[in-house]
Order: sequence, then structure tokens, then C-alpha cells
Amino acid sequence: MTMTGDRLGNRQQLSYIAAQAADARVNLELETEGMTLNIGPQHPATHGTLRIIARLDGEQVVWAEPSCGYMHRGYEKLTEVRTYPQITSLVNRIDWLGSFANEVPFILAAEKLMNVEAPPRAQWIRTILFELSRIANVTLFLGDLGVQLGAITPVFLAFRDREYVLNLIESATGGRFHPNFDRIGGLKDDLPAGFIDETKAVMKKLRNFCDEIETLLFGNEIFQSRTRGIGIIPRDVALQYGLSGANLRASGVDWDLRRDQPNAMAWDKVNFKVWTHPDGDSFARCWVRLQETREATLIVDQLLDTIPSGPIMAKVPKIIKVPEGEAYVSTENPLGEMGYYVVSRGDLGPFRVKIRSASFNNISIAPWLLRGVYVPDIVTILASLYFILGDIDR
Amino acid sequence: MAKIPGLVKGLGVTFGTMVRTITKGADTVQYPHEKETPPIRARGVIALHLDNCTSCMLCSRSCPDWCIYIEAHKDLAPPRREGGKVRQVNKLDRFDIDYSLCMYCGICVDVCPFDALFWSPEYEYSEPNIGDLLHDKTKLSEWMETVPEAPALEVGADKKKK
Amino acid sequence: MIASLLAEIPYWGESLLRVLGGLVAVLLPAGTIVYLFLFKMMSFMQSRLGPMEAGPYGSMQLFAEVGKWLQKEDIVPERADKFIFKIAPIVVLVSTFMLVAVVPFGPDAYFTNFETGVFYALAVSAISVLGILMAGWSSANKYSLLGGLRAAGQLIAYELPMVLAVMGVVIQAGTMNMQQIVVAQNGGSMFGFSGAGNPYVITQFIGFVVFMIAIQAELTQAPFDMPIAESELISGYMTEYSGFRFLIFFIGEFATAGVFAMIASVLFLGGWGVPFAWFGWTSIDDVSNWMNIVGPLILFTKMMLVVFVIMWIRFSYPRFREDQLQRFAWKILIPISLANIMVTAILKVVF
Repeated sequence: MTMTGDRLGNRQQLSYIAAQAADARVNLELETEGMTLNIGPQHPATHGTLRIIARLDGEQVVWAEPSCGYMHRGYEKLTEVRTYPQITSLVNRIDWLGSFANEVPFILAAEKLMNVEAPPRAQWIRTILFELSRIANVTLFLGDLGVQLGAITPVFLAFRDREYVLNLIESATGGRFHPNFDRIGGLKDDLPAGFIDETKAVMKKLRNFCDEIETLLFGNEIFQSRTRGIGIIPRDVALQYGLSGANLRASGVDWDLRRDQPNAMAWDKVNFKVWTHPDGDSFARCWVRLQETREATLIVDQLLDTIPSGPIMAKVPKIIKVPEGEAYVSTENPLGEMGYYVVSRGDLGPFRVKIRSASFNNISIAPWLLRGVYVPDIVTILASLYFILGDIDR
Repeated sequence: MAKIPGLVKGLGVTFGTMVRTITKGADTVQYPHEKETPPIRARGVIALHLDNCTSCMLCSRSCPDWCIYIEAHKDLAPPRREGGKVRQVNKLDRFDIDYSLCMYCGICVDVCPFDALFWSPEYEYSEPNIGDLLHDKTKLSEWMETVPEAPALEVGADKKKK
Repeated sequence: MIASLLAEIPYWGESLLRVLGGLVAVLLPAGTIVYLFLFKMMSFMQSRLGPMEAGPYGSMQLFAEVGKWLQKEDIVPERADKFIFKIAPIVVLVSTFMLVAVVPFGPDAYFTNFETGVFYALAVSAISVLGILMAGWSSANKYSLLGGLRAAGQLIAYELPMVLAVMGVVIQAGTMNMQQIVVAQNGGSMFGFSGAGNPYVITQFIGFVVFMIAIQAELTQAPFDMPIAESELISGYMTEYSGFRFLIFFIGEFATAGVFAMIASVLFLGGWGVPFAWFGWTSIDDVSNWMNIVGPLILFTKMMLVVFVIMWIRFSYPRFREDQLQRFAWKILIPISLANIMVTAILKVVF
């Protein structure tokens, strides 16, 4: 295993590895019997119903395996018997925290098959709502990070500031968590009056929140000693396992689909920085997400300043029948890379949809990563990997 | 100046939040005593404008959950002008929406060609008995009183309505 | 005056008064701490209002909680060791009551006046470790076992810094008697200036800081709450307890916090007294009798200040991992407190 992160201090890393080795030696000499711990489906630490079967030796994990499927809802089967508008409303519920972001790749794939492009104003508003979902999602991550590690205050601050974003989404779309706003060819409705000024004020509040969390949580020496050097994912392992999103960028890989494949959204019209971190440990993953939240607020501000006027719906028939073909579109969702592979036979609904969800690949690294760590570190690592069960199990 | 350790700065954040809550009030709303008004477009409950409904069944067919139950029969109505043909109209017998199944997606409201369904931001209609969540057409038309005017649109929006 | 009053009450009356006094001394601070700090202060730090429905501003919430816990079913796991399971919470609470016996509340208002009060207090505070270990092991639950073992390791590790920090106070006061320590602080003078007494928090600042950290760990409060790490082990050694037994653990946690804070204020902040120079007293016999009523109130206030700091730190920091915790105790706190003792001893001899 190659070691990344000279910034981390090789001494700290070596001492951690030496401690693990010493523990393993002690366990071997004392001939302690392993204990199988079920971090079961009902547990405050896992974001939902994930079951991790861990075999422990003392306080060290010898072998761990995630067992998912407790929340499988049969999305891909459901899509075979539903029409496109119905699927749009169902798909919101895969990653329920950043829900607008789930609709977008699906609609983009359908538009690709129909050879229709949404008008510029619709693209702008889609990107604004996408980034708002990203902010809502990652803000909750920042709060939840505190709870997993024992700090009970950040989560309330996170929910307080997330409410502002949800109120914005509700004023535009009608639903806080499940907007169901995207349509093939554009959007359902235009923005209500006052949205732009309100959003700018909320973005300012969110930047304050990011500063608060940075002081309260990230600057805390205890937090740093709990997360630095824990769960290091080297760059090549991350690429092999198909990680995406902030997990990949925290291992030093400069990969952001917003910049590389804008896909008929407005990301190529704004300037933003792609944050990476060379270390690849838990602290790096959390830090990258914090910076991405700030960056998202800046993106929204830029988009609001340059939003064009015009219609929000292209010329599409009332009853939409998508022509035959196949299309795959993936976007940089809050959790990682989410993609939809849509196969159409010219009907009201698709023939088959395959959903590539980010968290499924993100959690696949858990067995490799959890070998040899201490039990409290399991929670730190899972918290920093950040998955949503709805996204894993679909 | 010596760097203040992060531990101490973190304490400052919580202390500041506490002082702000004591002096300026909390960010929470004490629900039964104070209520926040939801935005105009909030999807609370669906209201039915009985006069516009022609029982075309489009909403019932497009609901992903199949929670709209419509029954209608054909009836004869007098001709529009003197000496014209007798018209055949649909008379609505039953229009139920089962709110225990409804997922508040709004497809029925979008799809209705005659503007008979509207969203209303009312949300306090929970019942102790799940059977009472099936709202029949009288109850649905009562919700029409709570339907607000559509909000004004932001600058740059197209003025032309679809 | 109180001595003459007490002389007229028969022995059983006196014992009854002492028992009631002990209950009030332990439970009243516990209740106030739970309401003021756990419900209200935590909520204000989290930008919300806390319980508001039960009573005005939620003041009756604690009684509502007590009632709720009392009416719950008392579940004892089938494979648990029943006797140990049932007496474990009582063992934890007993150590609190034993601790409060030695805290002086006023010039004549105390339960006992040991010559070795400090020694007794430190020894008795270790009984709760036994109770926690009993709770964790007898629960027949892997999570509880992990929690109990972690707790035992942590509490024993942090006993030492606590003891060593207090040694500095003992050296400076020259006595282990709690009452005499209070008198020495309030009657003494600092660098020749007697206006503020001689509170050991200033001269023994390092000892005070080490003591505060050590009691944070003894109470298993964040950042040292690995044993009760909620997001991993649900409740650690308390997982299998329900109903009245859980209530005893809960009240015990805050009662112990109150009592430790009382000991901290006695040892470092001057206990029940104000500097004697304000009233022109020179020794404990001079102290007026109304001090017996006002003294407990002053001690209560100082205890509230100490608990505020404990709780503030609890709500702000994430928790340490077990090995980091141990490393902190053994490699950092103990050398610092040993150095503190050395410096104190040298200065005491020199000045």
C-alpha cells in the first residue's frame, strides 16, 4: 500500500501503524478469541439501515463486510412500468437529501434521446437548484459528522441553516425534500418573485455557517486527532474501487464532472475551483466537502447574477413519447457520480433504466478500508465516506 | 499574537450561540402556539374545482400511486342552441383522493387539461383514523377556498402563459 | 446555635435530619443541574429553546421525566446475572452519597469533619468504577461489555491526575481537613493582600485545570465519554437498563457532577465562605451564625459555576478515542501534576 500525504507527517502515520501491529501481536500472544460484532441495521452510526458484520480481536477489526439491501425498493423494476413524469417524481427519493440532483441526469438522458435542449433560462435554474441541493445535502453531512464523533452541537446549527435552503427550494418548487420540478424540455414553473434576493441572503448565511463549523469542529484539536491519518485511501486504490465525488478528490485525484462534462447545464458559464486534498484520510474528505459547500454558494451567486430571461420550457408535445435509443448521462451529484442509462423503445415510459449510484461504489471500499482499524475508527471512516442508504440500495 | 488554540475558539462559538439565543430568541418555532406560513407554492393538499372537471380520467391514469378513484356516468344534456343535437356529458359520481397513498408529486395537477385541480398549502389535516384520509369530492371542493393566487414570477420570466 | 439545637433532638431525630439533609444536598443540585444546564443551556447553545411545555419555561420537565421513567417496564435480560445487574446502579449512587458526607456547607453545617477528608473523598470516588464495571459485565450484551471495560480503564487512569492535582492544595493548606482548607483559603492572604482571601484557583491554577480535566473524565462527560459513546455503543454500560434503574444512573451522573463540583469549589474556590477580611473575622469561631444559612447558598453558586464550565466543554467538543484518552492521562496530565506538586512544595518551603 503506497503511502500518500507527506503533509500528514510520516511519524504520525508510522506510529499509528506500529500501534496496530503491536495490538495484533498482543492479541496473538494472548490468544484472544475473536468476537463478531454486528453493527446492525438499526444503529445510530450508520446513515440508515446498513449492516456491517465485523470480526473483532480486542478493539481491532480483523475483517469487516457491509451487508446492504435492507432498504431495497426496486427502483429499476419500478421504472419499467412507469411513464417519464412518474419516474421523475419517484427518482427524487433515491438520495433524499439532495433530491433535485437525482432528477437531473435522468431528464438529461431523456432529452438526449429526444434531441431536445432546454432553453438557457431553464438550464440556469436547473443548475441553481442542483447546487442548492448540494448545499442542503453536505450541510447535513457536516452536522452529522459532529454527532458521529461526539460533538452534539454542530448538528443543530446545521439543521438550522439547512432550513433556509429548504425554504428556498419550497418557495420555488412546492416541495422541501422532493421537488419534482424537472420536466423533459425544461422546468415545470418559473421562479417566484424575490427568489434572487432571498437566495443571495441565504448564501451569505451559509457562508457564515461554514465558518462557524470550521471553527467549532475542524479547528478543534480533538477532531483533528480523531480524523487525521484515519482511513487513508491511496489514489490508485480509490480509482480501482470506482469512488467518486469528494472521496476521490480527497485522495488527490482532480476529477469533477461539472467541469469536464457540463452536459447542457450552466456549469461551463461560471468560474469555480475544484478542491482536492493530497492526504486521502478522513480529515481530507471532510475538509473537501466543507470547501465544496462554500464553493457551491459562490457558484449560486454567480448564476443568480447572470441568469438570462426567456422561456423555461422548450417545444415538446404534451404527451411525450421518447424515440428509440439508449443514452447514459452522469452528473456530479452531492454524493458522487450518479448516472442513468436509459433504454427506450419509443413508449410513454422507458424500457429499462439502470441507475449508477455513487454510494454503492463508495461503500464497496469498506472491507478493504476497515481492516485493522479500531472500533471507534469504524464510525469515523463510515462518517467520512458519507453514503445515503437510499442511494446504496435504491 | 500567539495563535489561540482551536479548542478555545470552538468554545467561543457555542458561547456566542447561547448568548444570541438568550438575547435575540431561538431559531425554532414553538409549533402549536406559533405557526409558520408555508410558501404559496407549497404542496399541502389538492383541491378540486368541481365545475371544471369533465371526468376525463387523465389524472387518475397518471398518478404513480393510483390513489385517485373516479367514477362517472354518461348523461344527456340539453342542446346548446335551439334545434341542435342533444349532447352527451359526463357526470361525476365519485372523485376520491386517498391521502394515505398520495406522494404529493403533483402530476395530476399538471396533467389536468381543464384546470380542475389546484395545490393548496394547507397541511393540518391528519386524522386518527386512516380511513378518514380518503377525501371525497365534497371535501376536495372545500379545499378550494384555501387555494392562494399564483405568486408573481421573478424578473426575466416569460410573461406568456402556456 | 445549631449545636445547642442539635443537643435537644434525640439521636434518631438527628439521624433523620442528616439523612434528609444528605438527600437534599445530593438531589437538589442534581435536579437544578439537569434542568438548568442539560435542558436549557444545551438548548441555547444549539439555537433552540428546550422544553417549554411542562410548567413555566419547562421547569417541571424533570418531574415529567422522572414520572415517565418510573412507569416503564423493568426489563432484566434473561441471560444477565440478576443480582449484580440489580445492585450495580445502587453502587454507583452510593459513592455519591458517601462523597457528600465530607463536604462542608457552612462553619457548623457539615455532616462529618474528618481530619483526612480529602483522602476519604478521593478514595470513595473510586467506588463508582466498581458499579460501572458490574453494570457492563452483568448485562450479557457485547456493547455493554465494551462500554464497561472502556469505562473501567478510563476511570482508573484518571484517578491519578485527580489525586496528584489535589496534593498541591493539601501541601499549600497544610491539612487534609476540608473545613480547614476552606478556612485557610478565606482567612489567608495572597502576597500580603488579604482583600480577596487566598483562593487556591489562582496559586494552584495548573492543579485546578488538571483537576477539572480529571473530573470531566471521572464523570464520563465529553470529550471523555467513550464508555457512553452514543453513536457507537448506544449507551455503553447503561444499554440494558430501563425504568427506575436507568433513572438512578441518569440522576447519579448529574448528582456526581454536582458533588464533584462542590469538592472542586471547596478545594479551589473557597467553599462556603467569602474572604474573612470583608467582615473582619480572624478565625472560624468568629464567623457569624447566619453564615450557616448563607454558606450553602454560596457553595451552591460556586458549584453552579464549575458545572457550567464542565457542561460547556461537554457540549462543544467531540470525543477522544480510548487510546488517545489513555495517552493523554498517562503521558501528559500525570507529569504536569507531578511538576505542580514539586513547585508547590518548593515554594511552600521557601516562603
